[in-house]
Amino acid sequence: MRTVILKRLLHLVPLLLGVSLLTFLVMHAAPGDYLDTMRADPAVSPEAIEAMRTRFGLDQPLPLQYLSYLKNVFLRLDFGYSFAYHRPVFEVLAQGLLNTFVLALAGSCVAWGLSIPLGILSAVRHNTWVDRACSFVAFVGLSVPEVFLALLLLLFAARTGWFPIGGMRSLDSDSLGWGRRALDLLHHLVLPALAVGLAPMASRMRQMRANLLDVLHAEYVTTARAKGLPESAVVLRHAVRNALNPLITLFGYSLGFLLTGSFLVEVVMGWPGLGRLTLTALLQRDLYVVMGSVLLTSGVLVLGNLAADLLLVLADPRIRAESA
Amino acid sequence: MSAPGGERAAGRGLRLSLVARVCAGVLAVLYLGAAGADFLAPYPYDALDADHPFHPPTPIHLRDAAGRLRGPFVYATDTGRLSGGRLEYRPRPAGRCPVRLLVRGEPYRWLGCVPSRLHLFGAEPPGRVYLLGTDQFGRDQFSRLVFGARVSLSVGLVGVLISFLLGMLVGGAAGYFGGWVDTLAMRSTEVIMSVPALYLILALRAVFPITLPSPQVYLLTVVILACVYWASLARVVRGMVLSLRTREYVLAARAVGAGPLRILARHVLPNTFSFLVVAATVSVPGYILGEVALSYLGVGIQEPYASWGNMLRQAQNVSYLQSYPWVLAPGVAIFVAVMAFNFLGDGLRDALDPRRVAEARR
Repeated sequence: MRTVILKRLLHLVPLLLGVSLLTFLVMHAAPGDYLDTMRADPAVSPEAIEAMRTRFGLDQPLPLQYLSYLKNVFLRLDFGYSFAYHRPVFEVLAQGLLNTFVLALAGSCVAWGLSIPLGILSAVRHNTWVDRACSFVAFVGLSVPEVFLALLLLLFAARTGWFPIGGMRSLDSDSLGWGRRALDLLHHLVLPALAVGLAPMASRMRQMRANLLDVLHAEYVTTARAKGLPESAVVLRHAVRNALNPLITLFGYSLGFLLTGSFLVEVVMGWPGLGRLTLTALLQRDLYVVMGSVLLTSGVLVLGNLAADLLLVLADPRIRAESA
Repeated sequence: MSAPGGERAAGRGLRLSLVARVCAGVLAVLYLGAAGADFLAPYPYDALDADHPFHPPTPIHLRDAAGRLRGPFVYATDTGRLSGGRLEYRPRPAGRCPVRLLVRGEPYRWLGCVPSRLHLFGAEPPGRVYLLGTDQFGRDQFSRLVFGARVSLSVGLVGVLISFLLGMLVGGAAGYFGGWVDTLAMRSTEVIMSVPALYLILALRAVFPITLPSPQVYLLTVVILACVYWASLARVVRGMVLSLRTREYVLAARAVGAGPLRILARHVLPNTFSFLVVAATVSVPGYILGEVALSYLGVGIQEPYASWGNMLRQAQNVSYLQSYPWVLAPGVAIFVAVMAFNFLGDGLRDALDPRRVAEARR
């Protein structure tokens, strides 16, 4: 057990190094460094720029620069300086990361909360109209682009007035008590979460259905039936447990989709998350912010994959036995 | 042991499900339409009609007000009037303009060389036929959609082609040679895949100036998307090569003295072909959506050129979206194209080799 965890942790090292090298190289491929923009700003004194140059080691050769970049990023969470906000990148990104996290979490609640029951339902009712309806929904969900879905939901909100049109909280939310504020946030969260969660929901549902269909023909399921167990117990206690395992591995992988999906939904629906920050930073050529968010999101993704691996170890005794 | 998919498909002929065949037909229509955009679109993509911004889709009538059968015609409309915060257009009662097939309109050059004025359909002036309404500058949305399809749909094909070359090269080498080549290749693909796709795409986009001439942006978009998406293909190819390397017929070929290149070219790669066709089909939507995302975010294809993504940008304004819902038309087009590719990919997968492909799919 411990060796498995250690192995997975060690596996992270080359990955994180690789991602940081990638962002570092991309940053250097971009024309000029961010100090150029600061030099053009009369509010910044030449001494401050000189101090920044030595702090980031911009006067040193590339490999050394990379090393100091690594040191800054991993030891001090220092991703550089945003010249658009005049604040360290991490401060700029922290709130956005939190908001994106809320959205992605809500999206995965939608995805998992709907996909597993629907997947079970359509496997149990294999080849009936229920199954076909679910498959159809899954296909639509897989094919509808997030941008379009988010716009449709916005149109829905604008026409019915049932949901706020974009944003994360009402204008007066600061004056409300925390309970009302939470409700307000939830109210704003419903449509973006749907927009983010539908595509992963569809693919999880198809996966769940396929897995369960495979498992339902296994011998131990027949044994369980032969013992005279009620069908619900056979499905829920024996079959579903094993059908869930492959989905756990997908949990980490689906984080990537959630983050990419929420990027677009944030922009369309005005959710103040990392995606919107990244886009603004890109348009303002605030490179360190762009690269910081790339690093942060891939960090989240890598950790998500790690969590999924560990969950799988916990859920599946065979893997534990293999490594012992 | 099941025979490799390629042999089976070749032996029995491809049996696609009805849905997959319909989707192949839809895609053929879309691509043909995009190729013949000049002919299919009644107006150029950048033709402004300052009097008719946000004109609703023009209804095509068969009977006139008196109920007499007149053949297809449209009513010419006056300049828009604002009422209740939205523009409204009233048809001129006397402005009946017949709609004809194969009319002479704006000149263009077929495939960039043969000059022509022929369009598939059009209304006699002063009437104008706007099948999907107009945008905020009074440009015909249908025409822009057809021209935009050139960009949005071709990105999928060109991008897949590039990333296939990359993926086959890297994945094939990794699978065949193994050792440090394999390790290096697989670590690089892991790095690329551990960045959420859109963030990586934007990071790569950040290397280049935001405003570039559109042909360059197009190339840039394709290359960036290919650079991001080749990784998963390389892994797929590597897995295929690894499993094929130890197949009996490959061992037999090696036993009779075939060299590694001959084995790769004659025995291994042809058997990955059917699998690759499926992988290509299901990965096209990723490129289409990637272009849409970039253009929607304003760092892809720029005005006045049309792409499905930048056409959707005007829907970003909620009051436009609410008053003139036809600005969502490109979204429907994207949806149809993506769905057709998904269904076709599924159908191909089932037709070629249901078992093995299902295992590798994610």
